[in-house]
Amino acid sequence: MASGGTGSLSQTEGFKGLRLISPTFIYVILLLAAPLATVIVYSFMTDGNNVVERPFTIANYVTVWTGRVYQAIMLRSLTVSMAVTLATVLLAYPIAYYVSFHVAPSRKSLWLFLITIPFWTSYIIRVFLWKVILGYNGVINSGLLSIGIIDEPLTAINYNVGAMITTLAHAYAPFAILPIFVVLEKIDRSLLEAGQDLGESRIVTFLRVTLPLSMPGVIAAVLIVFIPTIGDYVTPDLIGGGKLPMIANMIEVQMLKQNNRALGSAIAVSAMLIVALVSIVFVLWNRRFLRGNSR
Amino acid sequence: MKSPGLRIYAVAYLIFLYAPIILLPLFAFNDSKVIAFPLSGFTTAWFGEMWEDAQLWNALQNSLIIAVASATLATLLGLFAARASTRFGFPGKGPILGLIMLPLVLPEMIMAMSLIVVLLTLGIPLSIFTIILGHILVCTPFAVAILTSAFQSLDRSLEEAAYDLGESTFSTFMLIILPLVWPGIVSAFLISFTISLDEFIISNFLGGSDTVLSVYIFGQFRFPAKVPSMMALGTVLVLLSITLLAFAEYFRRRGIAKVGGKDTGGFL
Repeated sequence: MASGGTGSLSQTEGFKGLRLISPTFIYVILLLAAPLATVIVYSFMTDGNNVVERPFTIANYVTVWTGRVYQAIMLRSLTVSMAVTLATVLLAYPIAYYVSFHVAPSRKSLWLFLITIPFWTSYIIRVFLWKVILGYNGVINSGLLSIGIIDEPLTAINYNVGAMITTLAHAYAPFAILPIFVVLEKIDRSLLEAGQDLGESRIVTFLRVTLPLSMPGVIAAVLIVFIPTIGDYVTPDLIGGGKLPMIANMIEVQMLKQNNRALGSAIAVSAMLIVALVSIVFVLWNRRFLRGNSR
Repeated sequence: MKSPGLRIYAVAYLIFLYAPIILLPLFAFNDSKVIAFPLSGFTTAWFGEMWEDAQLWNALQNSLIIAVASATLATLLGLFAARASTRFGFPGKGPILGLIMLPLVLPEMIMAMSLIVVLLTLGIPLSIFTIILGHILVCTPFAVAILTSAFQSLDRSLEEAAYDLGESTFSTFMLIILPLVWPGIVSAFLISFTISLDEFIISNFLGGSDTVLSVYIFGQFRFPAKVPSMMALGTVLVLLSITLLAFAEYFRRRGIAKVGGKDTGGFL
């Protein structure tokens, strides 16, 4: 349609817009949409001797959804990313609230700058540092030992799901703070004064006015933390010591180490489905807050 | 400042955010191969070891080539998308922009694997070039977001005045629009550059035998003896990214000041 650029058509807004966005659009079609479509097609095929062939089968999905190992890994990924999301958003809300409501406007940029700096330092190094902090001979254990609070290293803090959750909650903190902050900033302060003028306490005003109005930011924060954490690869490898694989590690094993691209594709598609499903259910569950805001 | 409780929480939270990063210089200058307390003494030997590491320099060179190329192309693609979406209405705008922004919410592993499947099937060898292809995909949404807000704060009447005075579409863009959004372009470039430099998953899987900095660091963590020099490297990287960020922030503020807006803070 865009190619039929006759004189009158090329003058229209629609044509100009499409023409301008076409380089970017073509790029994402070729390098994002097409590869994703390929993975979906592969997931319905069989992989034998490095050649993906014989469409059309759902055998890969049966394997993925009924296999004990796959179920366990998907369940772990889901549990870890949900716990990370919960911890990150709950910890982030008060800080976003503090910066928005209690920091002088001229100093807000500084606070946001302070919050985002750790996020821009090497992700690999940050994850490794948590291993250094929480490890058996790590900073916490060696620190507590040297000042004599404990007699032998704590084992409850290293190489487990809890350590993975701490690491990821740290890594994704700014992703949760920023969307909540942006929404809090937009709240009309006179609404809060009105609430208090009408005799409600600060806490009731917060629960009935501020919190519902800030829900779109909370929802955005939840999605923006949940979706990438479920696909995290580095943390299970470094912190979990490779013994607690998540979906991303499983996809790698099938795609590259076992060379079973069809099964690997089925796992990838299943992961995308789980992420999409959980996200959609979550958004629908909270849709009254989103509707209230768009007015 | 009526709630001391919240303020204490905020400070405690910042300590949590900075805890790992504060450890970096502590152990980078610590005279011991083991990363543990108590600290044993001051040394700059790890920085020396880092400096002598030829593989590290090679990885850094690859990373810089990739970051410059990806940031340039992502900023260019971001310019097209941001200008189109703020200036024109066109059919399919929502879905098209949705697809462009999709990498923001798509696990990187899935992007990396779908790209690798296609590249291997087409027989394209994995190299720095394929990493760049992937990084452009990851950086473009950030460039689009930054540039969209730059174009949005642009006063449309300036552009119309230029047309009225006889300028063409192209000369108006070069003379009026580009200088006004220039700070946005610089900060989109810097953010993309930083993201590309830090990216791990795509670099790890799409690089073949070419190693970049993040992948090299990840590999070194398997050897306990190498960890202190990686701490030294981390310290240098932290200082570099703070400098880069300060530049990006400076340009962003200057951009806001230029179009007469009010600073609302933050990159995202």
